Amino acid sequence: MTDSTHYDAIVIGGGPAGLTAGIYLSRARLSTLIVTDGVAGGQMILTHEIANYPGVESISGYQLSNIMKKQAKSFGCVIKGNTTVESLNLEGDVKELKLSDGKTYTADSVILTPGGRSRTLGVEGETKFKGRGISYCATCDGDFFTGKEIVVVGGGNSALEEAVSLTKYASKVTIVHQFDHFQAFEYAVEEAKANSKISFIMESSLEKFNGSDKLESVDIKNLKTGETQNFITDGVFIFIGYVPNTEFLFGKVNMNNWNEIIVDSDMATNIPGVYAAGDSVVKRYRQVTTAVGDATVAALAASNYIHHLKINEFHEH
Amino acid sequence: MLYTNLHHVMTASEHQKLIAENENVMICCGRMGPMCIPVYGIMEDLESEYTHVKFADMEFDNPEAYVIRDVPEVRGFMGIPFTMYYKKGKLVKATSSIQSVSQVKSILDKEFVPVMAD
Repeated sequence: MTDSTHYDAIVIGGGPAGLTAGIYLSRARLSTLIVTDGVAGGQMILTHEIANYPGVESISGYQLSNIMKKQAKSFGCVIKGNTTVESLNLEGDVKELKLSDGKTYTADSVILTPGGRSRTLGVEGETKFKGRGISYCATCDGDFFTGKEIVVVGGGNSALEEAVSLTKYASKVTIVHQFDHFQAFEYAVEEAKANSKISFIMESSLEKFNGSDKLESVDIKNLKTGETQNFITDGVFIFIGYVPNTEFLFGKVNMNNWNEIIVDSDMATNIPGVYAAGDSVVKRYRQVTTAVGDATVAALAASNYIHHLKINEFHEH
Repeated sequence: MLYTNLHHVMTASEHQKLIAENENVMICCGRMGPMCIPVYGIMEDLESEYTHVKFADMEFDNPEAYVIRDVPEVRGFMGIPFTMYYKKGKLVKATSSIQSVSQVKSILDKEFVPVMAD
């Protein structure tokens, strides 16, 4: 739509929230750039089947994100994938972003839709053994561990449900959890406890991954006694929740203690002209549909803000 | 069937032909799952930037994918996708599980340095 580095609006994040904002803004004839550090579609593309998106009986997240992307582009929205925000100035009437392509972009309004990502343990050996014994996806990698003894880290619904599903492959599954109780729903806890292949190490944390070419053992620390044991295992699956991708916004917009962006009912942040939507904002329910709904509000509010900004500029000149 | 916009390698002979006829080839061997889809997306995005590299995918569960699953370089791999980088028909690098764009680019930049015209 434009080769200019100035856009009416820039959307940071390309998940369902970001793409929805892009569709609404560009359809309103506002020049719009979506910047995403991964592939457009965000975590939605990782969903095998979406069966609760109104109007669509069943669709894969990959297909739905492709349709949204196509829709946004059809209205003239520019999408820059695999691009990160290097620096950001949200103050004033003109917002400024420096991107990893080395260029600086400006906009009248910014919509923040950075989403979230799977939490990692961040302990020694995690990067080295990813794909060589460490996995974050039971359905993807479970069959590599057929007949083997594995560890699952976490205490939420995902951890317990995936531990049960992994017993289809593994000969033994040990769940390591830092508390003396699980956060998962009771049905998931009961199912895991009833499975003879599953055992539990509670009030403990995984401290280190050991091995040469592939994972051979882990160090597990008992958080009550402080004692560390070397635990022989063939694999570790990590399911310890999600974190919002908001590190680049520290000190830029108001966030809560969990680094989620605080917004009002118009999805406006504390900075004029800056809105936020999707999984990175403070809210209870995180769904594709809620992300789309948030982003619709954010885009309409941003359109209104830009409209008034242009009227004021016109009167000033 | 992989629902990507990449070139799909369906047979072992097609795999052989691809790496024989192209100097630089990157093949992502996986499924339509959470660890694989981001890598396909990265490859789709990089296709226009790395015109000297041929990008393709191959379905992990295709029996013909033994040409990737059974090579010694992937022994010890326990996470899909298996991503293979071939130069002049030879495997020069292989990775297991999800990769970021910076990880993929660093391998492409190191292994597939473009020849600059005088």
